[in-house]
Amino acid sequence: MNKLNKKFWLGIVAAFAFYGIVKVLLTTGVLSDVNQSMLLLIGVNIMLAVSLNLITGITGQFSIGHAGFMSVGAYTSAILTLDYNVPFVPAILAGGLLAAVFGVLIGMPTLRLNGDYLAIATLGFGEIIRIIMLNTEYVGGASGLSGIPAKTTWTMLFLFTLISVVLIHNFIRSTHGRACIAIRENEIAAEAMGINTTRYKIIAFTIGALFAGMAGGLSAHTFYVITPGSFNFLKSFEIIVMVVLGGLGSTAGAIVGAVFVTLLYTFLREFPEWRMIIYSIVLILMMIFRPSGLLGVSKFSFGKFGKKEAKAHDAIKTSSTP
Amino acid sequence: MEYFIQQLINGISVGSIYALIALGYTMVYGIIKLINFAHGDVFMVGSFIGLYSAKYLASAGLPPILVLLLSLMISMTISALLGISIERLAYKPLRKSTRIAALITAIGVSFLLEYTGVLILGPQAKGFPDIMDKKQYHLFGSSIQVESNQIMILLTTIILMLVLQYIVRYTRTGKAMRAVSFDVEAARLMGINVDRTISATFAIGSALAAAAGVIFGMTYNSVDPLMGVMPGLKAFVAAVLGGIGSIPGALVGGLLLGTVETEISSLGFSSWRDGVAFAVLILILIFKPSGLFGKNVREKV
Repeated sequence: MNKLNKKFWLGIVAAFAFYGIVKVLLTTGVLSDVNQSMLLLIGVNIMLAVSLNLITGITGQFSIGHAGFMSVGAYTSAILTLDYNVPFVPAILAGGLLAAVFGVLIGMPTLRLNGDYLAIATLGFGEIIRIIMLNTEYVGGASGLSGIPAKTTWTMLFLFTLISVVLIHNFIRSTHGRACIAIRENEIAAEAMGINTTRYKIIAFTIGALFAGMAGGLSAHTFYVITPGSFNFLKSFEIIVMVVLGGLGSTAGAIVGAVFVTLLYTFLREFPEWRMIIYSIVLILMMIFRPSGLLGVSKFSFGKFGKKEAKAHDAIKTSSTP
Repeated sequence: MEYFIQQLINGISVGSIYALIALGYTMVYGIIKLINFAHGDVFMVGSFIGLYSAKYLASAGLPPILVLLLSLMISMTISALLGISIERLAYKPLRKSTRIAALITAIGVSFLLEYTGVLILGPQAKGFPDIMDKKQYHLFGSSIQVESNQIMILLTTIILMLVLQYIVRYTRTGKAMRAVSFDVEAARLMGINVDRTISATFAIGSALAAAAGVIFGMTYNSVDPLMGVMPGLKAFVAAVLGGIGSIPGALVGGLLLGTVETEISSLGFSSWRDGVAFAVLILILIFKPSGLFGKNVREKV
């Protein structure tokens, strides 16, 4: 227990150290505007990846409509700041909360489905949200909302990202998180052990949606403009790729995946016609040769501290396979 | 009433395109439990091969009906080969890995086909040549119009469905396919070459998608590298609607979805059309998760 706490605080200190270094670099002007917007994008993507990891990696519910939650948060917070002059932080929180409400609404009927059917249902919900936005004049229809004040600063983004990572990670380590993992490993066995599987699935869905909504709000206040097209299937898929590339079920993996995909995307922007081709080839090769992701199953840890745990995990795995 | 029937006819011709694509989804899902997201893009490739072969054959001076048949066959053959190679290169190495890895690979292959298409052909839509002259017939002297194209589409679909039904019911490959979809391991023990059967499934599914692509080109006269995305998703909806894994289900699902969509558009809600398709999907999944024709599979403990 003590060791865990030490690791946790070490992580927090490391994160704040990173924040400080970037802050100094930003104020001294070493990092350009392009770099800054990339950093903001990385932060938003980390929130999205970590929140989807809770749904897909931890609870084992395959959702490919995460961008739908993101768009609910983005539109809500943008409208609140544009039309009602709500301050930045409450607007982001409100966006997250409304997305969470959608998470409950979508979760209740569909979580009875499993596997591929759930995936397709969430895809359908994501598309329905997009089409509703597309056909609603109040939110600008196809041209979307523009002139959103760019209020997302590095400090704000850092705090939101850190808080969401810490909260989700602590949730995963709690009794409730263990219940979610049990559902992922074997739903029927979990049910037999007295875990209310539906309830936990809805909880995971709601928390995931909450943070995705906040990430959407933050991204809306970074890039001035949101359109329904920016929250399509492609975006949902990008988030899944982050989670899977990093290693399903690992918070650190989701973070690494988010950073990796964002950097890859930004780098490939210089080759627009080759971008998606290279991206998809990387994806296919990755799935064939390292399907467990960059970090595999290793736990959220810093440096050497995590090694023992990972080894123990491997030992369990190898001993259980005949 | 006549207006309604008119829309029904239009709906059926759109629906047969969905049905042809849905068959590929259903067959592949039935056998390896993979949502082959790249299927919609095989449909796109088929359409482009149809376009170029039709142009070439027409300039060689062949009669229209021969141009149609030959370009259909060329497109179906090449797409079948494409389907087999996709399965061999991308899906086969993943047969033992997780479902999510396979699904992501399928989406990766889909992007690869789409953007290779954009790179080679350019992102603009291309005009599809008029292979046959379009004639309009009036049904029983009423004001209901039927285009020669629509008749041709329905005929092609019905013929292909009958061929498919024959293959699945009466040929060795068909029997092997049914056995593999029932239980892969047992089929292997009985001496069925599972790999070859899966290849055959991909070949047949891709050929049907290619046929749908050619028909789509003839109906809408415009094809582009990203055209496979929406029809692909809709066809998947159709497959789920009918009960995934069931061949008659795919046919009924496709026709139903096409009809519903056309009626929605004709009521003036065409921008909501895609939304309605997905709403139908979710309702079906909630109330009848195994689809209209699907079997209820009990979960094994």
